[in-house]
Amino acid sequence: MSMSGIEEKARLAREKKALYGTDVDMQSYESEAKPQSVVENAEDLPSVVKKAALDVGVKLDGESSGEYVQMDQTPVVAKSLYEGVEIMDIASALKKYDGLADYWWKLVAPDADKYTADVAAAPPAGYFIRAKKGMKTVFPVKSCLYLGSTNLNQRVHNIIIAEEGSELHVITGCTTPAHVQRGLHVGVSEFFIQKDAKVSFTMVHSWSKEVEVRPRTGITIAEGGSLSNNYILLRPVKTIQTFPTATLAGRGAVASFNTVIYSTMGNIDVGSNVNLNAPETSAESISRVVSVGGEVIARGRMTGRVPGARAHLECVGLLLSDKGRIYSIPELDGQSRDLDMSHEAAVGRISEEELEYLMSRGLNSEEATSVIVRGFLDVEIKGLPEDLKQEIKNITQREDLKGS
Amino acid sequence: MNFGATEKDIIFRKLKDRLIELEVMHLLEIVDLSVGIGNKQVLKNFNLKIGQGETHALFGPNGTGKTTLLNVIAGIPRYTVESGQIVFKGEDITHMSMDERARLGIGMAFQRPPAIRGLRLKDLIKIINPKADAQEILKRMDFTAFAERDVNRGFSGGEVKRSEMVQLLAQQPDFVMLDEPDSGVDLENIKLIGEAINTLTQKDLRPSARTKSGIIITHFGHILEYMKADRAHVMLNGSIVCSGNPAEILGQIKKSGYEGCAACLCPA
Repeated sequence: MSMSGIEEKARLAREKKALYGTDVDMQSYESEAKPQSVVENAEDLPSVVKKAALDVGVKLDGESSGEYVQMDQTPVVAKSLYEGVEIMDIASALKKYDGLADYWWKLVAPDADKYTADVAAAPPAGYFIRAKKGMKTVFPVKSCLYLGSTNLNQRVHNIIIAEEGSELHVITGCTTPAHVQRGLHVGVSEFFIQKDAKVSFTMVHSWSKEVEVRPRTGITIAEGGSLSNNYILLRPVKTIQTFPTATLAGRGAVASFNTVIYSTMGNIDVGSNVNLNAPETSAESISRVVSVGGEVIARGRMTGRVPGARAHLECVGLLLSDKGRIYSIPELDGQSRDLDMSHEAAVGRISEEELEYLMSRGLNSEEATSVIVRGFLDVEIKGLPEDLKQEIKNITQREDLKGS
Repeated sequence: MNFGATEKDIIFRKLKDRLIELEVMHLLEIVDLSVGIGNKQVLKNFNLKIGQGETHALFGPNGTGKTTLLNVIAGIPRYTVESGQIVFKGEDITHMSMDERARLGIGMAFQRPPAIRGLRLKDLIKIINPKADAQEILKRMDFTAFAERDVNRGFSGGEVKRSEMVQLLAQQPDFVMLDEPDSGVDLENIKLIGEAINTLTQKDLRPSARTKSGIIITHFGHILEYMKADRAHVMLNGSIVCSGNPAEILGQIKKSGYEGCAACLCPA
């Protein structure tokens, strides 16, 4: 698609409502952002930004394969710290690689809805991460998307390419500082996992009570490639809607989605959509939702199109308040013989028996509840480096995640 | 300043301890307790006294109310106490919450405890007692390999029992209740569990120096070869029908059954 073709499609889809989620009034947000100052190293960033990044699991201490930080619309740091990984801001990558013709808007359509259309119409900002052929990163690439101005519509377009045989770990924290009253974040992400490449992508969101979020993600995984995608949302948000779609395009490709939600308010509509299009592919989606308020819609869709594909969905919710709602929608779509697809969904309360058991050991009812809630949110994620695992554990085991 | 209350508390507690020592007061005293669950009465005018330093064994057929008794002492809320009293350390605990009872010194090894997803055993040990030497306790119960596992999740019957003992060794209750700690346990581990019960009930000390007490439910009494029980009771239909020496009672049960034992040793 030519650049003008993209723009034309985007123009026509400007008013196109999304299939899921509440409709956002785009006009009520500012689309022009004040430029921020670029720094040499992430360590030189304002301490408020570093602190916010740390809160979403992104420790900007140079112990990484590379760093990308975007404040509002400005990429303030984009650098590689390891020769196996190329990191740039997306505008520079478009220049260097002649418009990224094989990648730009190939997995997400510019006219998918008004949010993608809005990103397509805006000047490109976002990260470009490329793991070079056969290169394996030990430290994760760390990125932080920081929405620091009230009323801003922050637009991001990211591309990740894991070339043949590479291994890449990325952690992205998206966050707003406490002083930002209101905002919109729209992020388009396109991930290309090539033959035998192995990628883990961990995203931690921490917004505030009047922020609306619309990520749009498309992923393709080639023969023998694998993805472990982890999404964590534990802080209040006004509305969020995302339904990343992964296509297992080559033989033996594997995708695993882990979602951890702790909801106190707002409208959260999240999930994953996997197309199993090649033989011997397998996919797993596990979501754990705790609601003490707010509405959570947990979606999971798996479509099996070839014999031998295997898929499993697991949506488990703990509903701890009358003010909350958990709506679990697991969908399995089998379109071939010899498929193995299953799902398991449950929404309920904390088991009395578990509570009593812990109370018999001297924990009061509140302490016992929060131990059970934290245990419930502690999803075991395979394929992550040890320090990332620890980072996720630290985030999901915070003391303030309680039963009420 | 109001330090008087604390001081009074301390004197009061010391006085109670002294009364327990003098055997004027028992560590646990259950008086005319009747308990129901739903419409069914499961304990009828139940009476039991356990002195400081004593360990009692409780025998009886399935469904006779043994587990109910332990659950009611622990304070599990699904039972209704219709009448009577449970007194522990001189305090009426009949309507006290479970965790308050635990903090007062009551501990229990459950017969079939639940699994807790995402809670590692070693973390639970620290929660139960931050000062406990988790490594030492796990090693002692030959359970080190389970430190990182979720509590009771995927444990075999025997492993669950060791997990319970590990937790109690951390908790160090003054009164320990053991609901079939030997069921499903292999011979080697029965010995380990028996020894742990001896530690919890201070059987290494001379009888007059013991302050901790216990009660154990066991069906086959095999574990009694590895631990010391001072007294035994036979329960039938929600009441104790016979009490006496553990070996004697167990021998009689093996010979003539529960009812036969009661008829022979404790004729009405």
